[in-house]
Parts: sequence; C-alpha cells; structure tokens
Amino acid sequence: MAGQKHHDYHLVEPSIWPLIGSLAAFIMLGGGVMAMHAVPAGMWVLGLGIPLVLATFYFWWADVVREAHAGDHTPVVQLHLRYGMLLFIASEVMFFVGWFWAWFDFSLFPTALQFADGATTNMIGQEGASALMQWPPKGMEVIDAFDLPLINTLILLCSGTTVTWAHHALLKGDRKGLINGLWLTILLGLLFSSIQLFEYMHAPFPFGGSNYSSAFFMATGFHGFHVIVGTIFLIVCLIRSYKGHFTPQQHFGFEAAAWYWHFVDVVWLFLFIVVYVWGGWGAPVHG
Amino acid sequence: MTTIAADADHAHHDDHADHKPGFFVRWFMSTNHKDIGTLYLIFAICAGIIGSALSGLMRLELAQEGIQYLPHWAAMLGGEETDTAGKHFWNVMITAHGLIMVFFMVMPAIIGGFGNWFVPIMIGAPDMAFPRMNNISFWLTFVAFFMLFGSMFVSGGSGLGAGTGWTVYAPLSTSGSTGPAVDMVIFSLHMAGAASILGAINFITTIFNMRAPGMTLHKMPLFVWSVLVTAFLLLLSLPVLAAAITMLLTDRNFGTAFYDAAGGGDPVLYQHLFWFFGHPEVYIMILPGFGIVSQVVSTFSKKPVFGYLGMAYAMVAIGVVGFIVWAHHMFTVGMRVDLKMYFTAATMVIAVPTGIKIFSWLATMWGGSLSFKTPMLWALGFIFMFTVGGVTGVVLANGGVDQNLHDTYYVVAHFHYVLSLGAVFALFAGFYYWIPKMSGRMYSEWMGQLHFWTFFIGVNIVFFPQHFLGQQGMPRRYPDYAHAFEYWHHISSLGYLVVMVGLLFFFANVFYTLFAGKKVGANPWGEGATTLEWTLSSPPPYHQFNELPRIA
Repeated sequence: MAGQKHHDYHLVEPSIWPLIGSLAAFIMLGGGVMAMHAVPAGMWVLGLGIPLVLATFYFWWADVVREAHAGDHTPVVQLHLRYGMLLFIASEVMFFVGWFWAWFDFSLFPTALQFADGATTNMIGQEGASALMQWPPKGMEVIDAFDLPLINTLILLCSGTTVTWAHHALLKGDRKGLINGLWLTILLGLLFSSIQLFEYMHAPFPFGGSNYSSAFFMATGFHGFHVIVGTIFLIVCLIRSYKGHFTPQQHFGFEAAAWYWHFVDVVWLFLFIVVYVWGGWGAPVHG
Repeated sequence: MTTIAADADHAHHDDHADHKPGFFVRWFMSTNHKDIGTLYLIFAICAGIIGSALSGLMRLELAQEGIQYLPHWAAMLGGEETDTAGKHFWNVMITAHGLIMVFFMVMPAIIGGFGNWFVPIMIGAPDMAFPRMNNISFWLTFVAFFMLFGSMFVSGGSGLGAGTGWTVYAPLSTSGSTGPAVDMVIFSLHMAGAASILGAINFITTIFNMRAPGMTLHKMPLFVWSVLVTAFLLLLSLPVLAAAITMLLTDRNFGTAFYDAAGGGDPVLYQHLFWFFGHPEVYIMILPGFGIVSQVVSTFSKKPVFGYLGMAYAMVAIGVVGFIVWAHHMFTVGMRVDLKMYFTAATMVIAVPTGIKIFSWLATMWGGSLSFKTPMLWALGFIFMFTVGGVTGVVLANGGVDQNLHDTYYVVAHFHYVLSLGAVFALFAGFYYWIPKMSGRMYSEWMGQLHFWTFFIGVNIVFFPQHFLGQQGMPRRYPDYAHAFEYWHHISSLGYLVVMVGLLFFFANVFYTLFAGKKVGANPWGEGATTLEWTLSSPPPYHQFNELPRIA
C-alpha cells in the first residue's frame, strides 16, 4: 500500500513491539512493586519483565535499522529522527532539573541536622539548633571533589573529544578511525562507571537517612545510569561500525549516540560543580 | 486560513490507499494515526465511565450528612465493614476519580484521540512522524490504567487502595500509606507520563516537519497550534513529575529522606515539584479544548477566527507563563509574603491572554452567520463555563483570599468549572463536530441538543452550589460535614442525576450515530468548515494525502 504514495514520509508497517513493550513494562513494574513488598514471586516477575523490556528495545531498534537499510529513512525522515532525539534529550534535562531542585532546596535552605556514626538526627526545636543550620549537615564528611570526582570529570571531558574524533573520522569515511575513537570512548565510559562504583562503595555516608546522602546518591546515581545507557548506545554503534552500517552521508544512529553522550557529559559538569565542589564546600573531607 | 480547502482538492481520490489489515494487526499493532486515535477515544470513554461512576458514589454519600454507605462499600470490595475502612475508601475514591479523569479520560481523549485523528490531517500530512511510537503511547497509557485500577484492590496501608489524593502529597503518601497500592499509583504515573512524553515528541516533530507545502506556521489551524503548545508543556513538565514521584518511591522503599523531615527532607519540596508539573498540566488539559472551540466557533459562525495570530500567541503566552505560577497551589504552606505577592501577580497575568481568547471568540461570532448546531452549543457552553471558572480563578489567585478558600469547595467548584465543564464541554464539542468525519455518519441533532441542555443544567446544579459551600468553609475531600452544609450538598447531588440523564442521551446518540446515522459527504458543515479534514471523504481513506495537498 505504501507503493502508491508520492511523498517521502515513512508509513511504518504494523508492529507488535509497542504492545509487547507495554505489557513488558507492566510486568516489570508490577514485579517491582511485588519485590519491594517482599511478595515471594516478586523477584521472578521482575526478572521476567526486565529482559522482556530489553528484548523489546532490541527488536524494535533492529526493525528501525532494517528500515534504514531498506531506504525508508529519506532526508525528511532523518530530520524527524533528529527532532525526536533532541526533544527526548530536552525531556531528560527536565528530569535532572527535578533532582537538582531537591539538591538546591536542601542546600540553600538547610535545616538543623546532626550527623554522627552514620545516623542523622533533626535537632529542630532543640537547644543549639540554630548553630546547626549549615550545609552539608554538621558532622557529615564529604567526598573530596578534587580527588576522584575531578579525575572523573577529566575522563568524561576526554571521552567527549574521542567521540568527536570518531565522528570526524566517520565523516571522512575513515572506518578505522571511527572504530578506534568509539573504542576509546567506550573504555573511558566504562572507566568512569567503575570509578563511580568505587566511590559509592567507599562513600563516608550511607545511602539513606539524610537529605544530603539521598540527593547525592540519587542525582549522581541517575547520572551514572545514563552513562551506562550511553555506553551501551555507543557499543551498539561500535558493532554497527564493524558491520559497516554507517556512511559519511547517513549515520544518524551514531549522531544520536554522540548527542546523548554529550548530554550526559554536560549533566556531569553541573553535578561536579553543584554537588561535589559547591555543595561540599567547607565540610570535612573524607580520607 | 479560508483558502485552504479550495486549493486542497484531489487529495481524497486514492482508493488504493484504503486497503486495511486484519483485525488483530489493525487494532493491536497499529501504526495508523486515525486507528490509534480511535483506540484512544474508546479507552477514554471507558475510563470516563469509571471516573463518573466514582463521582456518582461520592455524590450519593454526600447527599446527606453523616456516613451512609462507605463502610458497606468498603466491605463489598473485600475490606472490613468499619467506619475507618469506609473513610479510607472515600480517600481512595477521590484519588481514583482525580487520577482517572486527568490522566485516563481528558488527556487521552483530547490529545491522544482528537490530536491523533486531526493534527496530521489538518496540516496535510499522511500520518504522524513516528507511527510506531504513537502506538506505544497508547498501550502504555492502557497498561498504566490497569496498574492504577489494580491499586484499588491491594493494601494501601490503612485499607484497600491508595487514599492519597491525586496530588500524592508526602508524608501521607510515604509514611502515611505503607502498602503497595501507592507504589502501584506511582508506577502507573511513570508509565502514563512516559507515554505522554513520547506522544509530545511525536506531535512536535509532526507539526514542525510534516506540514504540507505552503502550510506555514501562521496558516496552521488553531487546533494544531493548541496541540503544539500542549506538547511542549508535556515534554517539559512531565519529567519533573517523574523525578518527584521517583523520590516518593525511594523514600517509601529504599530509606531516602527527600520528604522526611527527620532526615532533613522537606515535604514542601514535593509540593513544589508536583505543582511545577501540575500547573502546566491543567493547561495541558484545557489548551487543546481552546483549539477545538476555535475551530467550532469559526465553522458555525461562517467566519475565520477573529485575531488569528493573537489567538495562537495567546496560547503560547499561556503556556510560557503557566510554568512560573505553580506555587499559587501552595499559598498555605507558610511561604513568605513577598513570594506570595509574586505568585499572585504572575497568576493574574494569565488572565490577559485568556481574556484575549474569550473576547476573540465573541468577536468571531460578531456579525457571523451563526447556526446553533450541537457542536456550537457545546462551544458556547464552554465559553460560558470557562469564563465562570476563570473568574473564580482570578479570585483564588490572590494569596490573601486563598488563605481562606484554600482546600475548600470553592476550589473544587473552580477547577470543575474549568475542567469538567470546560475541558469536557470542549471534548463534547469536538466529538459532535468530528464524529461525522470519523464515522462517516451524522449524529442525531435533537438528541445532541437534548444532551447539551440536560448536561449543561445538570453540571451547573452540581457545581454552582459548591461555591457557596466553599465560602461557608466546607473543606474538600471530606465524606461527612456539619448540618449547615447539607442543603447545598443535597442540591449538588440532585444535579448529578440530571447529568446522568444527559449522558444517557450521549450514549444513545453514539449508538444511533454508529449504527443508524445518516451517511455524510466530505463536508457536512458547509462553507464555514475550511480546514483540510473537510476535503477528505467521511470517513477518510486509510492513508490520506498520498498526494500532498498544496496550500495557497
């Protein structure tokens, strides 16, 4: 039926993945609720839902790649994809706005907390409370911004240049340069995630209990999750580079991965400045 | 805008394009914007029936002072037959009614349903930019609804279901409701939110990139403008809600202290994050209604919309200012006076673009050749109701006045005037306006008019007395009240019966239209209907515009 059309838009064939993906999301989140409330089968349902969701991503995007090779991605359809990715990143930015909002709420309007031996006490209404109105909370040791976080900043900035190297190589038709640049970017991404994991394991405060630790772990944690997603995106691009999917003229998959990577990079810069440097200023440093 | 139809001929002759796939593939694997729009509309009607039934139960309980039925209803659903369980069930009903009406009735109908059906057609596009993603928006909304519905049958902590109110405020939603029901509500909102974000990306991309040759932004029908602005609001506000409810989730299950004062957390933070989403959300529900009303008023006045550009940019202005007024929902949290002054002033500014819209609709009708067909009645009803709700909105915008009226029935009356009488009237206007196009059959005019008048009278009986209740101090979200409030509560409950009679005419009309309505041609509304959908056959071909129309 698409054969009769006289325009460049892509009338996509019917697909089962939206339905499967939605059911998978339902199973995954339903399993999540069960697991959080210690229902015995919860972990099994969750364990079924997650691979179903991942499989949907895989098969859906495999269809997209197949359609790209079939010539469905005309210039206007490529423009659609660009808009789609940019708008998606815009929504992601607003997601992080929520976490920064929490951080600024707690740090600009500090309450009288006392942190000792991993436990937080709210001293509001008690004697000496006004002396405790500070950020980070009294007694809280923080991670030294100019230790591993600074190294991580340099690693991510470096990975931003290597992905640009890969992009320029791709534009020049230099597949070897593309593959080398991608390999380096992915390795730097993995290095970042490993250092972040190390930092979490040696953090001087526990995950929950205080506003500082909650906002710290959730903001940096969601960033870390996005780094992992971006790394997987780049790995997919690397595999596709080996297969020769990208041409200097048409390589939106790579561009989207690069945009996403830069977005993750910029979020980190804000986290580094706001959470690690400014947000920990004046507090005793761990280690 | 008037010249569009004349130059967009020969777009509807492509019979090859009408080859439809089989039942399962067509409705469960759809990549067709009209079919997905139809799915959304059917879904929204079903959710609307459940949401209205809940309000019926609530009006029944409120018809007299004292607790009448709640413990019995709680027992019927499998809870205990106690006063406490009954009152918890009350909280569950107000929560479910709000969430269902907002996320599963108004939004799917007005954006998913009419937006999907008519945005691509009105800009001369063959489909949406991402047809497959369009479908996951629908199915995610669908499973999100079942997640919400299921929450009513599991423990919320103090009884079955989540009794947090649609705002899910902490700490009632954290330490106050420890059962899994609230987690299910949170995940339901995550899924519905993701669905809406994907839909927003789809609409923005479609409207920016798929306009037919010659269809500049300043020639787009106002309904398309309204969906464009709405999509931006969705895109930028929903992720903040996602972050807010994720914090709820981790506070509830993983020991974080975002909203827990004992760990330095701040329950007011939740209100800020929620209303940063929540205020744009109310414009998300009403803006497409503005768009529909503009099309309908123009069609039945046989005149182009007065002040087209002003109308378009008034919506943009409402959208932009809508992001910086959120704290007028939280005047009573103890904020400082200068902050209240800012939010009061900013909120009142919104009355300016809204006034531009109201007066431009009136000016459109001025000197027009008016015909009072059912869609036009609903549009006029919309203008009347929305003006009433808008005026009480200006009252509530005052931080000082709101100190008294906050969380009273005055607020309930206000937001039902703008939403259930504003957004819903726009939905009915759109339904009667477009059902001949969507089904190829004309509705029954007398049933439509009867539906309008009974519904119009009914909702006013329900909601107008609630202004009085609010001014007398009746707090919202309570199942019982002092004797002094009984008179107007009783009247309000009687109004619900009138509304139900109106809805019977609606459903009868739907069945009549689909099975026995007169077949209609491309344009049943005549020369006033100038947008592109009226150049296509009714119903339109499975894939329209295989030859793109050219707009002069």
